[in-house]
Amino acid sequence: MYVATPQLSRLRLLLAVPGNVAALGAVSLVTDISSEMITAILPYYLVLVVGLSPLAYGLVDGLYFGVTALVRLGAGYAADRWQRRKLVAGIGYGLSALSRLGLLAAGASVPALGAAVAVDRAGKGLRTAPRDALISLSAEPGRQGQAFGVHRAMDTIGAFLGPLAAFGLLALGGAYDLVFVASFALGLLGVVLLVLYVRDHRTPAPLTLVGAAPSGVAPSAPSMTPSMTPSERRPGLRLPADPRFRRILLLACLLGLLTLSDAFIYLLLQDRVAPEFFPLLPLGTALVYLLTAVPVGRLADRYGRMPVFLAGHGLLLALYGLLAWQAHALVILVLLGLFYAATDGVLMAAAGPLLPDATRTSGLAWLQTGQAVARMLSSILFGALWTVLG
Amino acid sequence: MKRLLIVSLTALLLGLGVTGYAWWRSAPAPREVDAIRVRDTASGMITGTDRRCDRFYQAAGTAVCLVVEPGAVPKTYALILDAEMREVRRVRIAGIPSRARVSASGRMVSWTVFVTGDSYNSGGFSTWTGILDTRTGYLVTNMEEIPLFIDGKRHYSVDVNYWGVSFAADDNRFYATVSTKGRTYLVEGDYTAWRARTLRQNVECPSLAPDGTRLAFKKRMSSGAWRLHLLDLATMRETPLAETAEVDDQAAWLDGNTVMYGRAGDVWAVAADGGGQPRLLAKGASSPVPPGRENLSRAMSIRR
Repeated sequence: MYVATPQLSRLRLLLAVPGNVAALGAVSLVTDISSEMITAILPYYLVLVVGLSPLAYGLVDGLYFGVTALVRLGAGYAADRWQRRKLVAGIGYGLSALSRLGLLAAGASVPALGAAVAVDRAGKGLRTAPRDALISLSAEPGRQGQAFGVHRAMDTIGAFLGPLAAFGLLALGGAYDLVFVASFALGLLGVVLLVLYVRDHRTPAPLTLVGAAPSGVAPSAPSMTPSMTPSERRPGLRLPADPRFRRILLLACLLGLLTLSDAFIYLLLQDRVAPEFFPLLPLGTALVYLLTAVPVGRLADRYGRMPVFLAGHGLLLALYGLLAWQAHALVILVLLGLFYAATDGVLMAAAGPLLPDATRTSGLAWLQTGQAVARMLSSILFGALWTVLG
Repeated sequence: MKRLLIVSLTALLLGLGVTGYAWWRSAPAPREVDAIRVRDTASGMITGTDRRCDRFYQAAGTAVCLVVEPGAVPKTYALILDAEMREVRRVRIAGIPSRARVSASGRMVSWTVFVTGDSYNSGGFSTWTGILDTRTGYLVTNMEEIPLFIDGKRHYSVDVNYWGVSFAADDNRFYATVSTKGRTYLVEGDYTAWRARTLRQNVECPSLAPDGTRLAFKKRMSSGAWRLHLLDLATMRETPLAETAEVDDQAAWLDGNTVMYGRAGDVWAVAADGGGQPRLLAKGASSPVPPGRENLSRAMSIRR
């Protein structure tokens, strides 16, 4: 925990978060280096070493989507049911780390490679909701936006470093299997950090939360009600009952339907970017995201998280307009990075305090899954439109 | 303090493990030189040369080597090499090398790379196919602007992607695959007139026989798997080849009656008439190149 003193620089103040959030950020940073190393080189590996064609490779896509969605909901339920968020998240981190050894062992066998990727996805599905619930439960209700901002910024630093690390290893003369081994080692380090530094929130303690709530925060969040109904102690797979939460869920799904996948946006930028800069586009977006996640999170804490979430989608609409308007690629990347900063962590920050402590994981899992399903539908829809209208 | 110690020790151990692995796996054994030339998968080296390539093809004194040079941002090149594997020209391209071909005369060089979005699970990709005329030096970096006629009608669409070019002996007529609006077609192109027309659907990665009358290609079956087929250009009749496993490669003709192809990390050959049995040519290899005329007798001895 940080102690605020008047001498604290503004940057320190901006980044001051509970120790548990910082620890989860560090875990995500290391884990994201590990997983983005694989994401960056896997297309090269599949095509150049295994010999898949672009089309076969594209098919790997939606295949695991349904699995991830189900795993995520199940993980949310399990974490709440037994109040073991750290354990469920830890299994997820561990599975993803182990999947790198699967890639190594799979050789040129396409089913085995597919299985390794599926294990990685399952691990990701397992860990996201418990992790976000831990962040949410560790931060004061009034500073949720900042906490998620810091976490997402650290996460994105990892995503930024991963490809550089992977291609760096290849440039130093390493082969793809060395990247798998290094990624495994980093994944394991992430698990060790989680085990040693992250504290679990096992038994919800609503009364202490009331005491911990800073003055000036609306005392209406359900997490602060001193007693829980039996249904809150026994969470199910059903949606949390809070009408405000349901409204957020509905809104997130509706807006998710309007969201084009990044890959699609980059594909549309193809004619205004020299091909050699194409691999840099995601890095540009990540850079904007990691730089703006914290300030935008603070902004959300001060002026309301839903307004910022909506404004983020306003930026996305502006981005679509500018895409059609042939705007410079850099403008698009800045808007895309800002969109993520204003929507990803901010949505969790908006929903978290509306959910009872005991069912927060499954609530966030519903939100993440609903949004992901909506975005998947939108990708399919846009893909079909693209094919038909050309 | 104790936690920090554990973390540091773990990081140190893992670092040592990775370094040890890097040291242990280095220096793969060199491959013996065969009559056919292949790319050794483990090292990326092309047999009988000191070139490292990701895709390779060679004919009549011209070779093309597609190579990704790693860096913070990987760079991809099409290297045009002479018979002694000296670099004649270096073309900067972008994307992941997929197909490479040189016409029988050594004049026309073509390649396909593909460009993905940010992540392997996003599914979006597009192919870029380049054609280089080594006699004039004229380079087309992406052929997708070529006027395309589908069933005789001029086709306009932004979603066209070409891959897998194969030139005929006149160095003007060529075959390739085009995909647009969710369908794939075999196209016949005219390089000088710069136009292309579709011949039929569901023919990918065509490879023209040395006599110019037949195409070996991969066909998407209803199961979703690709199988090698032969198309007789005079009758437009298709024959499935005896290879029953999935093949995802642009076949190369070993001779007038046999095609070679990569399958599950090895190079195989099968008769082009639908008969016979597939047989293993080289383990742990890809990008097979038929021997030059002077080496043909040696290739025959391999075939038995």
